[in-house]
Amino acid sequence: MSGPTTAVKQKQAAHPSGDNRFRILEATMKRHQHQPAALIEVLHKAQELFGYLSDDLLLNIAHSLKLPPSRVYGVATFYHFFTLAPQGEHTCVVCLGTACYVKGAAALLAAIEREAGVKAGGTTADNRLSLLTARCLGACGIAPAVVFDGTVAGQQTPETALERVKGWLEDGTR
Amino acid sequence: MELAELRAIAEREQQRRKPICLRCCMAAGCLSSDARTVKERLEQAIAEAGLQDKVEVRGVGCLRLCSQGPLVQVDPDGTYYANVTPETAPAVIAALAGSGDGEAPAPRTIEPDHPFFARQMPVVLENSGRVDPERIESYIAAGGYQALYHVLHEMTPAEVIDAITRSGLRGRGGAGYPTGLKWATVAKASGERKFVVCNGDEGDPGAFMDRSVLESDPHRILEGMAIAAYAVGATQGYAYVRGEYPLAIRRLELAIRQAKRYGLLGSQIFDTAFDFRVDIRIGAGAFVCGEETALIASIEGQRGTPRPRPPYPAQRGLWGCPTLINNVETFANIVPIIRNGPEWFSGIGAAKSAGTKVFALAGKIRNTGLIEVPMGMTLRTIVEDLGGGTPDGTPVKAVQTGGPSGGCIPATLFDTPVDYESLAQIGSIMGSGGMIVMDEQTSMVDVAHYFMEFCMDESCGKCIPCRVGTVQMERLLSKIRAGQADREDLERLRELCLMVKATSLCGLGQSAPNPVLSTLRYFPEEYEALLVSRQ
Repeated sequence: MSGPTTAVKQKQAAHPSGDNRFRILEATMKRHQHQPAALIEVLHKAQELFGYLSDDLLLNIAHSLKLPPSRVYGVATFYHFFTLAPQGEHTCVVCLGTACYVKGAAALLAAIEREAGVKAGGTTADNRLSLLTARCLGACGIAPAVVFDGTVAGQQTPETALERVKGWLEDGTR
Repeated sequence: MELAELRAIAEREQQRRKPICLRCCMAAGCLSSDARTVKERLEQAIAEAGLQDKVEVRGVGCLRLCSQGPLVQVDPDGTYYANVTPETAPAVIAALAGSGDGEAPAPRTIEPDHPFFARQMPVVLENSGRVDPERIESYIAAGGYQALYHVLHEMTPAEVIDAITRSGLRGRGGAGYPTGLKWATVAKASGERKFVVCNGDEGDPGAFMDRSVLESDPHRILEGMAIAAYAVGATQGYAYVRGEYPLAIRRLELAIRQAKRYGLLGSQIFDTAFDFRVDIRIGAGAFVCGEETALIASIEGQRGTPRPRPPYPAQRGLWGCPTLINNVETFANIVPIIRNGPEWFSGIGAAKSAGTKVFALAGKIRNTGLIEVPMGMTLRTIVEDLGGGTPDGTPVKAVQTGGPSGGCIPATLFDTPVDYESLAQIGSIMGSGGMIVMDEQTSMVDVAHYFMEFCMDESCGKCIPCRVGTVQMERLLSKIRAGQADREDLERLRELCLMVKATSLCGLGQSAPNPVLSTLRYFPEEYEALLVSRQ
């Protein structure tokens, strides 16, 4: 790895906000010796901890890695994996890989969009569900595939997918 | 670690084994259909039947027929059980114990002489579905790390490169660059530090070969990388894996930890002066990072944008140092070449395309899953014999190879042998190995539009032909699909394709027009039918 930016030892005191997640994030940066090259690893960790990358969080990371905020923002927005907006309580990711596409993923997505009343990439107004799409999960053998809250389900039909999603949506309606 | 120790580990592992082994597929496909519970039920049923001394259950990597998972294979007789559920699992044990009364519902069996399995030739996947990917001992028992020992103790780096060159191995990422030549270039390049990078950023939608290899046999990749590092003079490696593959990442991380513990990675490996470390870098969802210069930028923590070549990464790669970048499957071929010799490898496959190729067979096909066949096999054999045709028996219309960079091959050309040159000749590419079968219901214009939309979204925006060209081509294709385009639009689309292909900076833009060009070439009537005639 290239010359580490002279590793300034940072104090490992509790974060002023009292939020333990910042300490975990700081520990990750420390493990990478605060090298700018670790930016993507750090962003992965931050998103895992906080669910999304808020502006404050990005500034915090830029400061710790001694990078201009523009660079951090640039990287965070370049990669699809990173999200800068909070997600709903549940997530539903429809795979739009070629195998899923050939087997009707577009109809699947359209059905869920209709049911939830949001477009792909959006979150319902009651914050119950985020509907996302994936380029390819590599689960082509069980196409079409949908990920419900992190669990992959294969051979989906609009009916089976709606059943899962409906449950989440109905819970949320008063 | 000494060779004797390695052999002792292998022997202990062999002794632990029971006469009958039930191999349960624990790859991502089967896991998503509840394979873990199936495995637990099998273990429970063995205990209940008192067969603990005779039968063992082993979690293994991909058993390949992904569409019919969860899969369980009986060793030694080779029978597969398909679509096993927690309910039907006990019947498998009852059948083994001979106590099957025929009343309990039993899962369907598939014999190993089924063409899907019988026509395959496992080289890359030889351990897949056999070893437990989460236990290094299981890999060592299958002869693992002996090739590395042999290389470190009995071969010079030049001899290793010579062996790889003579084997005729070509890069499995898609372009087919001779691997030996690449290694020789990195070895010759001067630099204080050198790096070895494993490209596991399998971004082609519809391809899952690298995921399966990483999930099924991660040590094979580490051993291949270590041999490469010795040959080119590198001490640090990076495995760049897609963020979409959490299981592959977890198993590779585990494999690295285990290999370190045994001294098979780290300092003074096998008591030689050779040091080698591997770190994982997790991709963050950018197709362009499969391009090697973009991948390097990503490992350096930057936006994944490519840069002009030369200089090639072999001369100036990571942090300006000579860097060897090979695909997962390429690294997986190294161990068998060292073990069996380059002549053995070059004897497999086609003249200029030695060895086997792993394909992910998916789409409208009966037997969906992972196959490994010798190069030069015809598409017809793959689609009809191994794949079993379409699920409903209707004719296959085309096969798409190479993802967004490849092309659609019509059924009339199915006698084309699958090798780098033949596929290029008919306007497609080998690609990394995704093979999507399409039937009469699939509109080729829709497919072309699908891939163009993909490339438009994934264009990194650095060079204008790709950034602007993909948007314009996508608009024209949308217009055609909507039935609003005329002949002039089609002509403009064709011109744009050629321009973007000729002038883009990297492979993404250069190959983005391929799906359009190949469908225009083989299915012009589908475009024509959508045009409005304007006098």
